[in-house]
Amino acid sequence: MATRLFAAPSPHLHGGENTRRIMGDVVLALLPALAVSTYVLGWSVLTTTAIAVAGCVVFEYLICRLFLKRKSTIGDLSAVVTGVLLAFNLPAGIPWWIVLIGALVAIGVGKMTFGGLGCNPFNPALTGRIFLLIAYPVQMTDWTTNVPDTLSGSTILPTIKYQPELVSELDIMQMFGGNMNGSMGEIGALALILGGLYLLWRRVISWHIPVSILATMAIFAAIVGAGYGGAVVYELPLFHLLAGGALLGAIFMATDYSTSPMTHKGMIIYGVGIGVITMIIRLWGAYPEGMSFAIFIMNAVTPLINKYCRPKRFGC
Amino acid sequence: MNSLVLTVLTLGVLGVNLAVVLYFVAQKFKVEEDPRIDEVEKMLPGANCGGCGFAGCRAMSEALVTRDNIGALFCPVAGGEVMKSIAGYLGKTAAENSPIVATMRCGGTCQKRPKVNHYDGALNCAVVNTFYVGESGCAFGCIGYGDCVHACKFGALSINEETGLVEVDPDKCTACGACVKACPKGLFELRKKWPKNRAIFVACRSKNRGAVVSKVCKAGCIGCGKCEKVCAFGAITIDSHLAYIDPEKCKLCRKCVNECPTGAIHIVNMERLPKEPKVAKTPAAEVKAEVKAEVKVETANKE
Amino acid sequence: MRTFPIGGIHPSDNKEWSKDKAIEVLGLPDEVKVTMIQHIGAPSTPIVQKGDKVLTGQLIGQATGFVSANIHAPISGTVTSVDAYPNGQGQRRIMVVIKREGDEWMEDIDRTPELKRECTLTPEEIIAKVRNAGIVGLGGAQFPTHVKLSVPDGHKAEVLIINGVECEPYLTSDYRNMLERAEMLLTGIEVLMRAVKVERAVIGVENNKPDAIAHLRDIIARNNYRGIEVMPLKLRYPQGGEKQLIAAVTGRQVAPPPALPISVGAVVCNVSTAIAVYEAVQKNKPLIERVVTITGKALGSTHNFLVRMGTCVGDIINLAGGLPEGDVKLLNGGPMMGRSVVDITAPLIKGCSGITVLSGKEAARGKEIACIKCGKCVAACPMGLEPYLLSKLAKLQKWDMAEEHNTIDCIECGCCSYTCPSYVPLLDYIRIGKQTVMTNIRARANANKK
Repeated sequence: MATRLFAAPSPHLHGGENTRRIMGDVVLALLPALAVSTYVLGWSVLTTTAIAVAGCVVFEYLICRLFLKRKSTIGDLSAVVTGVLLAFNLPAGIPWWIVLIGALVAIGVGKMTFGGLGCNPFNPALTGRIFLLIAYPVQMTDWTTNVPDTLSGSTILPTIKYQPELVSELDIMQMFGGNMNGSMGEIGALALILGGLYLLWRRVISWHIPVSILATMAIFAAIVGAGYGGAVVYELPLFHLLAGGALLGAIFMATDYSTSPMTHKGMIIYGVGIGVITMIIRLWGAYPEGMSFAIFIMNAVTPLINKYCRPKRFGC
Repeated sequence: MNSLVLTVLTLGVLGVNLAVVLYFVAQKFKVEEDPRIDEVEKMLPGANCGGCGFAGCRAMSEALVTRDNIGALFCPVAGGEVMKSIAGYLGKTAAENSPIVATMRCGGTCQKRPKVNHYDGALNCAVVNTFYVGESGCAFGCIGYGDCVHACKFGALSINEETGLVEVDPDKCTACGACVKACPKGLFELRKKWPKNRAIFVACRSKNRGAVVSKVCKAGCIGCGKCEKVCAFGAITIDSHLAYIDPEKCKLCRKCVNECPTGAIHIVNMERLPKEPKVAKTPAAEVKAEVKAEVKVETANKE
Repeated sequence: MRTFPIGGIHPSDNKEWSKDKAIEVLGLPDEVKVTMIQHIGAPSTPIVQKGDKVLTGQLIGQATGFVSANIHAPISGTVTSVDAYPNGQGQRRIMVVIKREGDEWMEDIDRTPELKRECTLTPEEIIAKVRNAGIVGLGGAQFPTHVKLSVPDGHKAEVLIINGVECEPYLTSDYRNMLERAEMLLTGIEVLMRAVKVERAVIGVENNKPDAIAHLRDIIARNNYRGIEVMPLKLRYPQGGEKQLIAAVTGRQVAPPPALPISVGAVVCNVSTAIAVYEAVQKNKPLIERVVTITGKALGSTHNFLVRMGTCVGDIINLAGGLPEGDVKLLNGGPMMGRSVVDITAPLIKGCSGITVLSGKEAARGKEIACIKCGKCVAACPMGLEPYLLSKLAKLQKWDMAEEHNTIDCIECGCCSYTCPSYVPLLDYIRIGKQTVMTNIRARANANKK
């Protein structure tokens, strides 16, 4: 065999990171939460997740081949991530056809209409969830399959919304372990944090977005809690960080690459924005949970943030 | 019922008020513009290719309307007929431009100019040109990643997978000149467009010496000068080991095509001249051939 | 430990492949091809003709203008041709071909091995000697050194920074120079300090070369080199970039172009260049040879050779076991900034600090997919640019916007392409943008002059 010389412009080395591996890491980081969810809520979690993932992948493949007439992009695993995240945003016992509709909206409307991976202005999984929340409000908030918690019969976020002082009666440690009601992926706080740490360690995400969101929410809640005095000052922030989609949103949804700012400064502005909007909706809005809407709104602001938060030019 | 009436009334009053406001605003900010600009723009092809030298068709039509002498303005896409009708509409005289067409001047196909290394960077001719000569070792030849194809707005260019070279579809080409700008090797030239898309041109841009050229490409011009000698119209010049056929002087007599030892002179949509045996070549025969050629050219022009 | 302020990456440096190989003096080549462009600036004019006899160290290429460099005969013998030959990238350049006959040197060159330390020349005399010797930046940029040393009016040099960083992965030529030719280096630095009239010189060395740091410190203390200090720097690519090194050592950032390093009082010089300055000024020896690292996993053996300029690259590789079969990528320089070589008959040039051979597997690029806007290139860019944006603007030929986004600041270090998880060839396109914008700026400046 003869020698054939390769030619290319520099650099001739690559760091070895690739999009597929990053997406794989995100899926891996979501597995602990999936396990906790399955343990607490039963096998329906797995089937719902499987339906969502399969739906997203198949829809992406079909849209690529049939409508866009180009090579399918499912190999980058981003559709899998969207599927898992979508499932995590649904209640466990939701009918399968609603899951499929969610997948179709997430991939079809949220992602492929804008040109696929990297071009979508809004997080596809969130697009799907918000669509379902508005279209099927009853099914989307039907958490009867969840184990009853200390405030049995009612969901916790709305309860605390109107009576923040009741937070003292909650067993925070139980919430850590997954014993609260909420969507499938929202309940295992510890597992979600674990996944987040894994992503930080693998440098898939940086700390800026999750920390700024959670810190903003905690400070906001502490200020509100101070009005009630006593232990509420620190119990209310802790509750707000653990309840609902706060952790899932801050660690996995808000950090989505294409819908979040590029620079660290921009990420912090984005995170603070999400934190503030979430808390406003949670405390005074019509919906019990504001995470999805907050991320959605800040997704829309991202191009603007990118425009004004430029990296610091060397020598200036 | 009451609420219905109230709604209609409110909206109606609101609408009328806004209409009044809008009317005055429109009056205040009205820009006086020659209505002929719109008309001329409609007559132009609307390709916004920039081939005329203006940013787009709008700018061109403004220039056509406002300038007194439009002899220097020409839309290569629309061609002479449209320019004439525009000039007629405006009451001015249009430029007399003979039609031209983009010509790609490299004949180094994959067979004639084999690849000697493997390029692994971004598939873009300009990128290749930033750091080395290209896969064939010829510093002047077609790189083949199609910067010109992307630049062409009329789909006139395509890459022939077999030869690895770019081909021009003269029927689609509007001679806007985008490819001339896009090619980092300067391979394109806007040449005179003959009837039936006939053409004769030197398909090589290599300014290297013959020995160097033939090392990397079997189809390159080696600067031997045979074509220059045989040309009866003085259309061929040799500069830095490279022949060039002046499209204004060339009469498509085809004599040079037979002389070229490497086949670097391309002949399109025409038969080659029959090869004459060298012995029989007398001055008289040459003159005859010349006359014949001229007659043929004339008939070609009539077509 | 100090380093530069923004961006940067940590590629695996693989210097262990060749770092323990002592410098070997390569036997004289039978033929050399000496390129007349071995520097940034105007090409030199050959002043010899076919048939001329030349001695080693004889001037054969005359610099044309201030930003240009002299070129000398690396061996003695007969000029067999002055003609265009392909360089490593296949581009034909005027070269002087010399066939070797014996080993006769110019008489004024001092070839004794003894160190000559005292220097009583004035700065102007030193710069003139550097200029005559044709010294250029040997780190790879090939910028004429006398231009750097000529501090423009209105500026004052405060510190001389010696680049011993060698941040480029795989290469070890500067490292071997620091270990084996430390005295020459330090004397060269003393000469340079005299030339730019500074009292302080800092040798920046990355902390992956602790023995070089210790060795230099030891000799500085033992032989009383005053005003020279060795500063360990935190390992990070591209620390060897001129602006990055100045920022790492002094903490001051050179303003964007057209500002020069001298605007913050710094003059930067490579380790190998300092040695060449020593030889030129103290020994009258022009720049005719340099240390070159031959490295790569695909090669039979790795070396640090002292080679004459103009030696055929293919011959040097043959001494390291020859090019392996199959797909290989041959680089003039290291894997981050080196240039692909496609013609192995090309000669060695002054700026070539290493010849790297990568196997096809190591070199092959990944398949490009869509940008996912992860921002990793933004975080990695040491110049604070937005590579994803500049690349896109260049692809769309939006030159004005590329200029607005400071594309000319780019130092072409390649950190962006290195980090991109979607394998987008960012730098490939940014380079086009940079070149076009530079041309546009120059055209505008010329138009304004008129």
